[in-house]
Amino acid sequence: MDFLVSDISTDILSGQGLTCIRGDKPIFSDLAFELAPGQALILNGTNGSGKSSLMKIIAGLLPAEHGTMTYGGEAILGDRDWISHNICYLAHKNGMKPELTVAENLAFWATMEHHDGDIAIEAAKIGIDHCLDLPVCYLSSGQARRAALTRVLCHPGKFWLLDEPTVGLDTAGVELLAGLMNDHLKSGGRILAATHIELGIDPDKSIQLNMSDFSFTASYDPGEDLLC
Amino acid sequence: MLKLALSIIGRDVRLSMRHGSATTMVMGFFVMVITMFPFAIGPEQNILQRVSVGVIWVAALLSCLLSLDRMFQSDYEDGSLDQFVLSPVPLELVVVAKCIAHWLTTSLPLIVIAPLLGIMMNLPEQGFSALIYTMLIGTPALSFIGGIGASLTVTLRRGGVLLSLLILPLYIPVLIFGVLAVKAAIGGYPVMEHVMLLSGFTLFSAAIAPWAAAAAIRSGLE
Repeated sequence: MDFLVSDISTDILSGQGLTCIRGDKPIFSDLAFELAPGQALILNGTNGSGKSSLMKIIAGLLPAEHGTMTYGGEAILGDRDWISHNICYLAHKNGMKPELTVAENLAFWATMEHHDGDIAIEAAKIGIDHCLDLPVCYLSSGQARRAALTRVLCHPGKFWLLDEPTVGLDTAGVELLAGLMNDHLKSGGRILAATHIELGIDPDKSIQLNMSDFSFTASYDPGEDLLC
Repeated sequence: MLKLALSIIGRDVRLSMRHGSATTMVMGFFVMVITMFPFAIGPEQNILQRVSVGVIWVAALLSCLLSLDRMFQSDYEDGSLDQFVLSPVPLELVVVAKCIAHWLTTSLPLIVIAPLLGIMMNLPEQGFSALIYTMLIGTPALSFIGGIGASLTVTLRRGGVLLSLLILPLYIPVLIFGVLAVKAAIGGYPVMEHVMLLSGFTLFSAAIAPWAAAAAIRSGLE
């Protein structure tokens, strides 16, 4: 079966014709992307251009108005089973309970996501291991972000969806994260990140996607779409 | 599956204990509401005796409502709810576990102090054991039905009042059969049919709540 695993052309995550409408407001239309193993897709674009919406669509939290997403030729848009085992999503919110310690939070999510490695080792990689026994409410926003990134490191999924992962991080933190993202890409993982700053991912491995290219033109008529 | 459910229950119970105030506040409210009645209707023992069962049950219903709006909302606010939806754990299981945790942190303490308040309300002695077991059987329904309401109002900022309006009418069957069973026990009549209807209602709510609440959360997050 080795030849199948090494055959990366069947292993591409791609989206075609993705359209997003929130409320009555069209966000983007006809968006397409391809992501091979070991590649990163960097989403750029102004505020409100739909970076977070695209991530939520990929994560199945938001339905796409139109379009498909395939992985290895199979449609995966909204496929909960595939998404839950492959996608690790880090939103703006950290998903950490302020009353619990960092270690308790991470251990809880590790149980939920079937991770059985050592949390302290992963925490050390992003430099938060000295805070493991502190409640999250005592952490600064940068430390809380590092704790949330530790959850990403613990997650068994190979697809990282990171929505502005560097928010709150100091320069050293951004550098650590860049190293970790490059390691993840080297091990065949994939990253989809929305950002406003340079993340420090190896340029050979990253594709830039400007969300403004897919924004709706003034000629768009929502009435047509509602009919189909 | 059981391990996952237990760790969600454990997390919620621990959160409630760390938070400290939630359970004590609900118990305090329960005691306060019941204490108001002797002041309002006077200390005549036979009148208090007649209203005692109903007052304790209504106070338990209202106290249960107090902590309901935080059931999913705190998870929604800090982003944990998104992670639950994305995790391999079925959302239905998350709902069941959170309803059980809500029952453990809200209703169970009320059941523990209910006999004390029964003494204050001059509840006849035949009624005490019936009050405890009907509450044990009936209050899980409050958490399960409340879970549906909490999931419907999870994305609303001031959902608390709407939640009460949605949920209280659905609590009426629990109230009727809970009170009837205790009154039957006090009067020396057969209790079983009321208890069976009450259990049936609890089981029914336990059966529909996971699906209804999970569906409401999924559509609420969009």
